[in-house]
Amino acid sequence: MEIRLIDIRKHFGPVKANDGITLTVPAGTIQGILGENGAGKSTLMKILSGYQHADAGRIELDGRPVHMRSPADAIRHGVGMLHQDPLDFPPMRVVDNLLIGAPGRLIPQRREAVSAVAGLAGSLGLSIDLKAEVGSLTVGERQQLELLRLLWLGARVLILDEPTTGISARQRQELFDTLRRLAAQGKTILFVSHKLEEVEELCTRVAVLRQGRLVGEALPPFRVERLVGMMFEREVTPGERFACTPGKTLLRLAGLGAEHGRIRLEGLDLEVKAGETIGLAGMEGSGQSLLLQTCAGLRPVTHGRIYLDGADLTGKTYRQFKKRGVAYVPATRLEEGLIPGLSLADHFLLTENKPGFFINRERGRRTAEERIARFNIKGTPTSPVESLSGGNQQRALLALVEPGSKLMLLEHPTRGLDVESVIYLWSKLKERCGRGEAIIFTSSDLDELLRYSDRILVFFAGRVSEPLDAATTTVDELGELIGGASRSGDPVDAVSAWPGGDGRAPDDAGCHASGAPENGDA
Amino acid sequence: MPERQPLPSRPAPSSRRRFGRRTWTDLGLQSGALVLAFLLTSVILLVAGAPPFQAYVEIAKGAAASFTDISNVLVAWVPLLLASAGVLVTFAAGLWNIGVEGQIVLGAVLTTWVLRLLQDTSLPPAFIVVLAIIAGIVGGALWAALAGILKTFGGVNEIFGGLGLNFVATALTLWLIFGPWKRPGIGSMSGTEPFPEQLGLPTVGGERLSLWSLGLGIVAVIAVYVLLERTHVGLRLKAVGLNQRAAFLLGVPTWQYALLAFLLCGGLAGLAGAVQVTGVYHRLIPSISSGYGFLGLMIGMLIAYKAIWVAPVALFFAALNIGSIQLPIVLKLDSTLSGVLQGALVLFVLLVEGARQRYSRRAPSTMVAGPVPGTSPPDDVGAV
Repeated sequence: MEIRLIDIRKHFGPVKANDGITLTVPAGTIQGILGENGAGKSTLMKILSGYQHADAGRIELDGRPVHMRSPADAIRHGVGMLHQDPLDFPPMRVVDNLLIGAPGRLIPQRREAVSAVAGLAGSLGLSIDLKAEVGSLTVGERQQLELLRLLWLGARVLILDEPTTGISARQRQELFDTLRRLAAQGKTILFVSHKLEEVEELCTRVAVLRQGRLVGEALPPFRVERLVGMMFEREVTPGERFACTPGKTLLRLAGLGAEHGRIRLEGLDLEVKAGETIGLAGMEGSGQSLLLQTCAGLRPVTHGRIYLDGADLTGKTYRQFKKRGVAYVPATRLEEGLIPGLSLADHFLLTENKPGFFINRERGRRTAEERIARFNIKGTPTSPVESLSGGNQQRALLALVEPGSKLMLLEHPTRGLDVESVIYLWSKLKERCGRGEAIIFTSSDLDELLRYSDRILVFFAGRVSEPLDAATTTVDELGELIGGASRSGDPVDAVSAWPGGDGRAPDDAGCHASGAPENGDA
Repeated sequence: MPERQPLPSRPAPSSRRRFGRRTWTDLGLQSGALVLAFLLTSVILLVAGAPPFQAYVEIAKGAAASFTDISNVLVAWVPLLLASAGVLVTFAAGLWNIGVEGQIVLGAVLTTWVLRLLQDTSLPPAFIVVLAIIAGIVGGALWAALAGILKTFGGVNEIFGGLGLNFVATALTLWLIFGPWKRPGIGSMSGTEPFPEQLGLPTVGGERLSLWSLGLGIVAVIAVYVLLERTHVGLRLKAVGLNQRAAFLLGVPTWQYALLAFLLCGGLAGLAGAVQVTGVYHRLIPSISSGYGFLGLMIGMLIAYKAIWVAPVALFFAALNIGSIQLPIVLKLDSTLSGVLQGALVLFVLLVEGARQRYSRRAPSTMVAGPVPGTSPPDDVGAV
């Protein structure tokens, strides 16, 4: 189906999210939509999929003008959107999930649905257990489920918003193969992403948005520098690897065990030195967040001990951890990190060290202005945090971490951010490392893990690998480990490549209980 | 920058933004809601066969025709001020303190208890009254703390806890009036034996109005306004109310602040109960709270949790209540008409607010925003 978007305009107050975008996507195209945060990609996609209404402009599908009042309307016209986070119902069975959005009859036609969807899945080379419960599926499988559901409902245009977040390299490959097959069948795919290499690999056309306008289109072969140039008006070179000179031991985990739901950590030994950055790799939900939260005092320790600066913090509360300089920055910015309804200045006032009784608004404004400048946040002290873009929310979150912290625990610190913001944030973080702070962070971006970590722990099926030296590990190796492959010569690598450069192994680095993953099945 | 982002669920608890460009539109819409409320009430009156205009004139006359009427309005204003100011604190912390009724009752009970204990001693009467009022504050705060503890440690939603405690409070009053504290001879619905005059707050010119209680009410509202808008405690309360998880991670001791909100609200409600005993009834009566707690909750919703509007709106409600007392005599109408009017008013104001958010320039992008974090009952208020 051919899509024509004509002069689409959408304003949010004074912000022009879409400022007259005209774009034609021929049938059978895999169209990449590129742009930094706040460029208007999401708004445009939401308008096309009926979630939001344009202030002005027209949408034509196969030459016919259409009006979409709701997502249900859009799917009737053959437009389906796959959201970044799966919009499904985890406690229900797959088949029931399929039926929820289907045009209703009083009695659900389960059998029909199952056979139709199974046929579809077969034709795309996907295998999915329709009787399983959604909660038992991986993020990648849930994505496939959603894809099948949209196709079954008759989608001929598929919009995918950052679909590779949180899925494994193999699932990504499967997804790309499926999308190519769908395009070959004449379906039109709109692929929204920040990741240039994915767009390069998959898309047959690319449109670049900047500040609500279409600033350029490109056909393969793509020149990455040109695309980046269009996105940012200038070319951004990713920073060099940061060298780290580790200081004294800051955090020591001795035989640490923790448990949350189905996820368990056992016998984890680790030493983190001042100035060091540890990356936690692995599929979503393999225990990385559990480790971060346990190190922050948010989850109880079941075995072993946690030492910070030599002091035993096992069993202390989150607030005591915080007081001693452990900062935890959650992944979901508006759910856990910031307080919608309060302004930036309010947030800084809230985290003031010795605030007194009455609020000093003047001081709050000054602090806010100073941090806004230092962290390059686009906003004013009185901006409500929910009015900031994702990247600026993330900067605000980091700006809230007290300057005196020793250990920063960051959950997906750059998720959903554009390249420029990622580079900026890491330069700020590495500045802090230079002052002797240590960082432990989770990420699903392998390049980020390799570029910014000194050592990487890979989580797989309840096991934690030996720390890998990030400087000598390749993306492919890391990807395989995340997928469950074992790495030969593991301990040797980890020891000899210790970033201190003197070949001295950190005494307790590594984790005996888990060892190298032995089972190679993914 | 949009002044309020797509979280129609709960107005941002800040009065500062009230005075932006939108003030006049807002005022217009609120007046529209007022007109609609009167229209609906008029329809009801017509159906009941009463002349609406005359009814409103009677209410106005009943509220402001004489010094006695005006002083009666002020007498009703005080507990409304206290209860509304109290629930603003709990609203700020994202809590629905339905138990405010019971907290008023417990304030009255403890005040009565201290007065009974000390009335035959040689202590100066003024001292006894002060002690009794303090006891009332403590009583209300403790009753609220009970709801807070049930919520924090027992996982009982404060709405259910508060509702249950309201029933317990009523039962307790009745038991006291008909049991241990009954009048010599036989207990009656008219309450306990009245206290001597010197154990009450001094009143003005033979009316029931006491400048002391009026002062307490006004000071309480100002204190709550300052607390919520100018202090770190208020900011933290709001943080807890808007996003408990984030507030916790940012270092706010969340359950402690939730409990504090209960204590402050309960204290103010208890003070209302104490004022009713020492300033108005001079005894404990079965319905000592007179529904002021629930009215306070309605006022809180009506003014979108903005402390600055408590005083005028509470005064309006008090005038409606006092004014409608005349209705049964003059028009053979029940005096609960004021309740109909107040209820209609709250509904229309919330409705207008919901409509404004829905049809303002921005599309309701909340459709895709998913569940609002921490969807506790107060979150649903603004959405209607």
